[in-house]
Amino acid sequence: MAKNIKITINEVAVEIESGTSILDAARQTGVIIPTLCYHKDLCVAGNCRVCVVEIVGQKRLSAACATPCEDGMDILTNSFKVRNSRKHIIELLLSEHNADCTRCYKNGNCELQKLASDYKIMTQDFIRLSRSKNYTIDHYSPSIIKDDSKCIRCQRCVRTCEEIQGVNALTVAYKGDRMKISTFFEKPMNDVICTNCGQCINHCPTGALVEKNYIEEVWDAIADKSAHVIVQTAPAVRIGLGEELGFKAGTRVTGKMVAALKRLGFDAVMDTDFSADLTIMEEGTELMMRLKRALVDRDPEVKLPMATSCSPGWIKYIEHMYPNQLGYLSTCKSPQQMFGALAKTYYAKAKKLDPDKIVSVSIMPCTAKKFESNRPEMHDSGFRDVDYVLTTRELAIMIKQAGIDFMRLEDMPFDSLMGESTGAGVIFGATGGVMEAALRTVYELVTGRSVPFENLNITPVRGMDGVKEASIKIESPIEEWEFLDGVELKCAVAHGLLNAKKVMDSIISGESHYHFVEFMACPGGCLGGGGQPIPTNPEIRRKRAEAIYAEDEGMPLRKSHQNPEILKIYNDFLLKPMGERSHQLLHTKYSPRERF
Amino acid sequence: MYPVTELIKNLADRHGRERRNLLPILQGVVEQEKYLSEYSMIEIARELDLPASEVYGTATFYSFLEYKKMGKYIIRICKTITCSMKGKNQIIKTIEDMLKINVGETTPDGNFSLLQTNCLGFCHKAPAMLINYEVYTDLTPEKVREILTNYINKKGREE
Repeated sequence: MAKNIKITINEVAVEIESGTSILDAARQTGVIIPTLCYHKDLCVAGNCRVCVVEIVGQKRLSAACATPCEDGMDILTNSFKVRNSRKHIIELLLSEHNADCTRCYKNGNCELQKLASDYKIMTQDFIRLSRSKNYTIDHYSPSIIKDDSKCIRCQRCVRTCEEIQGVNALTVAYKGDRMKISTFFEKPMNDVICTNCGQCINHCPTGALVEKNYIEEVWDAIADKSAHVIVQTAPAVRIGLGEELGFKAGTRVTGKMVAALKRLGFDAVMDTDFSADLTIMEEGTELMMRLKRALVDRDPEVKLPMATSCSPGWIKYIEHMYPNQLGYLSTCKSPQQMFGALAKTYYAKAKKLDPDKIVSVSIMPCTAKKFESNRPEMHDSGFRDVDYVLTTRELAIMIKQAGIDFMRLEDMPFDSLMGESTGAGVIFGATGGVMEAALRTVYELVTGRSVPFENLNITPVRGMDGVKEASIKIESPIEEWEFLDGVELKCAVAHGLLNAKKVMDSIISGESHYHFVEFMACPGGCLGGGGQPIPTNPEIRRKRAEAIYAEDEGMPLRKSHQNPEILKIYNDFLLKPMGERSHQLLHTKYSPRERF
Repeated sequence: MYPVTELIKNLADRHGRERRNLLPILQGVVEQEKYLSEYSMIEIARELDLPASEVYGTATFYSFLEYKKMGKYIIRICKTITCSMKGKNQIIKTIEDMLKINVGETTPDGNFSLLQTNCLGFCHKAPAMLINYEVYTDLTPEKVREILTNYINKKGREE
């Protein structure tokens, strides 16, 4: 067991666990040491040197993030030497940084800018190197913009792409003064195995990696009197948006968000939670049909487990990494794309609108959704199903631009037709949520009874473990599903693509035998998505998850198949899950991609 | 199968397919091919089950792993301080005049590439240069002309 050791920080004696870094020890005792390359989600790199401290008796300063405390250490975090060095370090970083802050997308939310402000770097003592370097800006991806002139080479993005996602789209190329963050052969992000998950954006301390924003396009659509602009909001937006607008992490702002969207001028404010419920109907039915074909018909063509297909980062990942295993994927489109396909068909028809005049906007916690909406197959309505995808952050920018006092907004409800949802739709935003929602519905459709968990909370699939497993034994099903009697439905949940890889490898090797697996590209699921407020860290993800489950518990209906608007759409339009219209509008195909 | 694919397979058989075997495989390809093409790097990544970006990152880190097409003979002039003081610029000028290429370029016939390199450890015999793995020291413009003429003639005899 770790033993306690005694150290002094700024002449205050403290006792801490052995093995604690100086940075953590300082934070525990209320001393703030600035950092840049350090991130709670990632391994320690110790390359930016901003966190240097003085250890009395040692000649050289040490990086607090990378130095473990030793018994009797006398640490100074604010000595003359430290202050002077830290200022020089920041100045040196700025000398290589394109510090054109007023024209930068990250203006106001940049860690380097904040340090420059805190330490009042108002002089230019070092030669400005940023001008003499040939930088390129990579605009080609529909999701991500990479601007090397803003990069401070802290490598947070490289570590994110490797340690969390196992994608390695980004690497460190060259060395010394030529060192840069690069893709394979410096190709555009769009041409490499980047999944567009946006975790690099979420972890970037500066403006070197940002989302491609579509704010002006959406303003133009709203201003166009002839256009009917319909907006959908993903489950994880309502529990993240508040952070950008003055609320604490984990605050639910659903009603305020709807009110703000109406004030922005959207003609109809609808809910992706509705299409999440719809996804459950389609995906649940697909699962039951696959189980029947596998267990009763013994059809060798049927692939089990069925893998979820809601996360576009995960979809692009499997297309690159497992191009021969796409048969595992559910054919269901993601809730965003289901909504998009229905907006210009079902909704247009019901509201007697010309689908050509509908502009369909979605607010997502995700940058990969921008790519997804851009996929050529996502035109099943006869038009581009989703025209513009904005991240949670972009919506917050629009709300600020519009001068809306978000805190004082009165709650408003979603508009009807595709705005009603259940708790099952809400929990799509958390890892394990799709699984839980599906189980709530599938179990009930098969047995006629609610899932055997207290208050419908399927706790084994909740929480932040990278891979979670659960199984439900199906007992005394209704006649139609008799073949499932006694079957133990085995499920797994993976979030973060590195965990997804672990589960995929165990499925392919035959090590594990699941029936149904939920895959989410981002850690924590959508609530930790690449389009969510920055910073996102383990503690913030936990708070957002609590908010999602609280939102679920607060809903009068918590099973997708009870959603009255879902019943209505099947009655009026789709007729039945996995029916002809569903196939045409709500299901899709996947394409193998190159891994290298 | 392309010859380089076979070469990479053989190298991987000889050195192993772990992450740590990447460097000798990269060196083996450079020895044969003079440089690492995009195609070679992808094949190496495939053979070792590594991300292509990691192969690229490693290849661009090391000075002697070229990633642009190189000539049969790669001339590397030491650019470090002692060689600079002892006249490496005249040496470069001489070679540029002779081969009609600038530093960083390759002759159109694909025989010679001219590069600069960091310290070769021959400061006591500066200026120094490498042609492939051969070291030449105490260079003067006359001496360089003689050395290169030999290479050009050698090249001619081989053909």
